[in-house]
Formats: sequence, structure tokens, C-alpha cells
Amino acid sequence: MIDTGNYIAAKAAVMAKPDVVAAYPITPQTTVVEGIANYLEKGEFTGEYICVESEHSAMSACIGASAMGVRTFTATSSHGLLLMHEMLHWAALARLPIVMCNINRVIGPGWNIWADENDSISQRDTGWIQFYCSSNQEIFDTIIQSYKLAENEKVLLPVMINYNAFILSHTSMPVDIPDQREIDEFLPKFKPKWNLDINNPVTFGNIIGPEYYIKVRKAMQDAHKNAKKLIPEIAREWKKKFGRFHGDLLEKYRCDDAEYILLAMGAIAAESKVAVDEMQRKGLKIGLARIRTFRPFPKESILQLSENADLIVIDRNISVGSEGVLFNEVKAALYHKSDARVNGFITGLGGRDVTYKDIESMCRKTVEGKANECEWYGI
Amino acid sequence: MSSKTLVEICFHGRGGQGAVTAANLLVAAALEDGNRGVQAFPFFGAERRGAPVRAFARISGEEIHLRSEIYYPDIVIVLDESIMGLVDVLRGLKKEGIVLINSTKKPVDFDFSKKFKVATVDATSIAIKHGILVGGIPVVNTPILGAVPRVLDRVSLSSIQRVIKNKWLGDLADKNVKATQDAYELTEVNF
Repeated sequence: MIDTGNYIAAKAAVMAKPDVVAAYPITPQTTVVEGIANYLEKGEFTGEYICVESEHSAMSACIGASAMGVRTFTATSSHGLLLMHEMLHWAALARLPIVMCNINRVIGPGWNIWADENDSISQRDTGWIQFYCSSNQEIFDTIIQSYKLAENEKVLLPVMINYNAFILSHTSMPVDIPDQREIDEFLPKFKPKWNLDINNPVTFGNIIGPEYYIKVRKAMQDAHKNAKKLIPEIAREWKKKFGRFHGDLLEKYRCDDAEYILLAMGAIAAESKVAVDEMQRKGLKIGLARIRTFRPFPKESILQLSENADLIVIDRNISVGSEGVLFNEVKAALYHKSDARVNGFITGLGGRDVTYKDIESMCRKTVEGKANECEWYGI
Repeated sequence: MSSKTLVEICFHGRGGQGAVTAANLLVAAALEDGNRGVQAFPFFGAERRGAPVRAFARISGEEIHLRSEIYYPDIVIVLDESIMGLVDVLRGLKKEGIVLINSTKKPVDFDFSKKFKVATVDATSIAIKHGILVGGIPVVNTPILGAVPRVLDRVSLSSIQRVIKNKWLGDLADKNVKATQDAYELTEVNF
């Protein structure tokens, strides 16, 4: 079939058979919610659909439902994600396997509805697993895979699937959709290890003192470490069953013999493949590492790539007062273990279009030694 | 044109004329015709009824990794001739590029027909003839799609008609299919 990223996300969500969907519409996420409502009307979605009055309530409803031991889904964007902030921490600390799509959109003011990753990047430390997708097919495949990951008892963490506003959310691309039977085989019904049960009441999320709280955090960190192993395993199981593979924690593209490796996420990373093809055609030894999971962060893979190549990082976000966040984390991953040079660029904020020619310009400037350590592009 | 070559198309119209739907239908038909990589997207922004709008389509034999806008189209499709006084629809059009216009005029009536390949079809009259109206206003997006196979061999009229039949039911599908047939036959080209 062919459809927009948002309608594909709605299709994937419904095929994962969540028992509860709670969502509040916001541009450019609206058509995800609309798509699920259409499936509900046609009888293809048989779960509970809760219309709520805000995103904070949407996440709260998902938390309540997930704690009762059922599969949940929601979607949001930008300010909607920010309004959820408190409950994002809650969902992760409560170790609830909620799956959510976030359509990466600018934070205002100035008001703007276009692509920018500062919304999800600013939720980095909530404990959620974060994927960044580059195609509609990857959105579909990642949503189904995310339930398998989130519900694994070695993980039990919520998953946020991010993709760029309009560039993916409103762009039609062809997508292979497996049969429902095949999806059900890959993703069996959720069997929670524990759940709230009115017939067998227990207290959850009670006061705990300093001697235990630190262990709660350590357990989350261990769960992210486990996710690092499971994400590639699940991706390979998917490949075996459906023949498609989008990479492990990152996707390597033409990295063999590369002297430079470009690192990027989301739509810019897809466009980067065209830039890498162009530059290789002209004789430049450059490859691409497309970051799929920002949390857990693929530190080991990046370190390995830096053994034979210098790195160029493109960020569609900024930690104001510091640098691009991916740039920052890539450097931290190499500290004391690699002497690779790392250059960073900040570009594409507020939906500014980033073409393969722009990407080529940034790479050339770095290769020619004319780039500062971290600079803006396209101001 | 080689079946692997990337073809980039810009639609120009007014909000409500169905430029985005036209782009979506066209690439769905192109996919049916074996073009593995296709993409359709609106101009990213807030659109208003009646205001000039743009939509884009890419057709390729291979998976498309491009995610940027189209700046140098191979084909420009103009749903509303009056827009040509407001918007430079020829901006970035490649040498040997094609301009398909909804117009009662002939291709030679346009100055730029000396420089570019031009095709014209009176899609508005075709829409009125078949009663394709929304709120009394003719919707020209499906009629003009019937003219596309006349200028681009990568998409067939039969696939366009099949995609229309999949999208709409009964009488609505029938009249849209008939409109594409008329447009296909009535399109005039200068090349």
C-alpha cells in the first residue's frame, strides 16, 4: 500500500492490537488519531478509544491502562509531548511498556509547525527508549518491533518512535504491510508479569527511601543495557520473517574503507544517503551511520566506527548554551578511547529544508579543514 | 525515459482544487506501473482554500532516499491557469521540461512553448461536463491526471483509472474515470 507516515503509523498501531488508545490531537500528529478513529468506525480496531482533554491526560490514561496489564498506544507532537513531561517520567519509572509516536515538530514561540527534533531531545532523560525513523516503512516496522521490545521482561520500558513533521508524517511512500496473522505470530498477546487487579489489590509506586530509590534507577539503566542487546535481536528476527532490515542501534551505509563517517538521524539521515552516493561517486571516502536509537545510545558502535574514520555530526536540534545534542554525545562516547576528529553542524531547525547538496557542503567544508568544531549551517 | 530515472513533478493549484490528492493518486498509479520508488507530499505549511498551493511527486524505479523539496522539476502541472500571474510556475523547470496546463488555449499560445514542451487540456470543462463539483466549484485534479500519460510514459491511463476506482465507489468513481478518458483524448501537445 501507499500512504503517509501518519496513516501508516495508525495502521501499525491497530495491527499491534492495543487494548487502549488514548490521544489528544495536535498538528502534525492529528491524522494518526484520525486514522485510528477510522479503523474504530470500520470495526477493524476493537480496543478502547479514550478521547481525553489534554496530552497530560492521554499519557495518564495510558499509564492507568498499562498498569492494569493491557497494551496501549498514543501519539503526540511538540507542545503535546512537553505537556506530558511529568507523566513521561512516571511511565518510565513505573516500567510500563507504553508505545507512543512523536512527530518531531518545533517548540514555540515563534509558532511554527515544521520539523525540528528539540521536542523529543528535551525528553532525553525521562528513561524512554527513543527511536528515530527515516521512512514510512521504518515507521511501520518499528512500531510493531517496539511492542516486542517494550514488553520483554528484561526491558519493561516505554518506547517513543520519532519521525519528522510533514517530511514523513504527511508524505506518501510505498509500504509493505504483512498479514495480520504474521504480525500476531511475531507479536503475541501481551502477558504482563504483574498488573493492578481489583480482586487482588497491591500498592504500587509507594514511598521508598533513599536505600531503595537508587536501585530503581539502576534497574532502569540495566533495562536500557538489555534493550541494547534486544533491539538488534528483534530487528534480525523481523528480517528473517519479513525480509526487511533498517539497522541495529544504528544503520551503516557504505562505511567500508570510509575515512569520514557522517552521523545523523531522521529525515536528514535518509537524504544523507543521496549525499554519500554523490560524494563517493566523486571519489570522497565517506559513509553514513544513521542513528536509529538515541536512547539507548549506541556508544560502542560509534566508538568502533571512529577507529578508522573522522566523524561529522548533523543535528536538527540544539541544547542552547551547549551544542547539538548528538554531537555532544558522540564526543562523550569517544572520550579517552579514540583520537578521531569530530565536527558538528546545527541545521534544519524550524523545518528549514536540508538537501543532499547542503549535506555535501557541510562534509566538504569539514574535509577541507575549513569547518569550526561546531557550527551553524544555513543561517 | 529510462525506467530507473527519477522524475520530479510540481503541481500548482489553489487550495481546494485537489493538488495534494492529484499527487497522491498519480504516484499510487505509478507504483502500480512498476515504479518501485514513489513519493507524494504537500508543500509543508498551512494551506487555505483559494490561495496558491503546491504539491510534489517523485517517481523512480528505485527506492527514493530524498526527503527534501523539489527545486528543479521535470514536469510542472498547473491546475489553475490564473495562478501563472501570481506564481512563477516555470521556476527551476529543467531544460527539456514539460508544462501541463489546465487551459482552453493551445500550447503554442504560451510564449514559453518555444523553450519548453507544453501540453494543454481544458480540465475545467471536462469536470463540469461530468459533474465533478464540490460546493458548485469544478474539481480539476482527476481530469488533469488523464493528461499525464500523454506527456509521461512511466504512468498508464489504465493504472490511473484503477487507482480512482479503488479510492471512490460507484457513480463518483465512474464519472472521474470518464473525465480522465476525455482528458487523455483531448490533450494537445507541442512536441
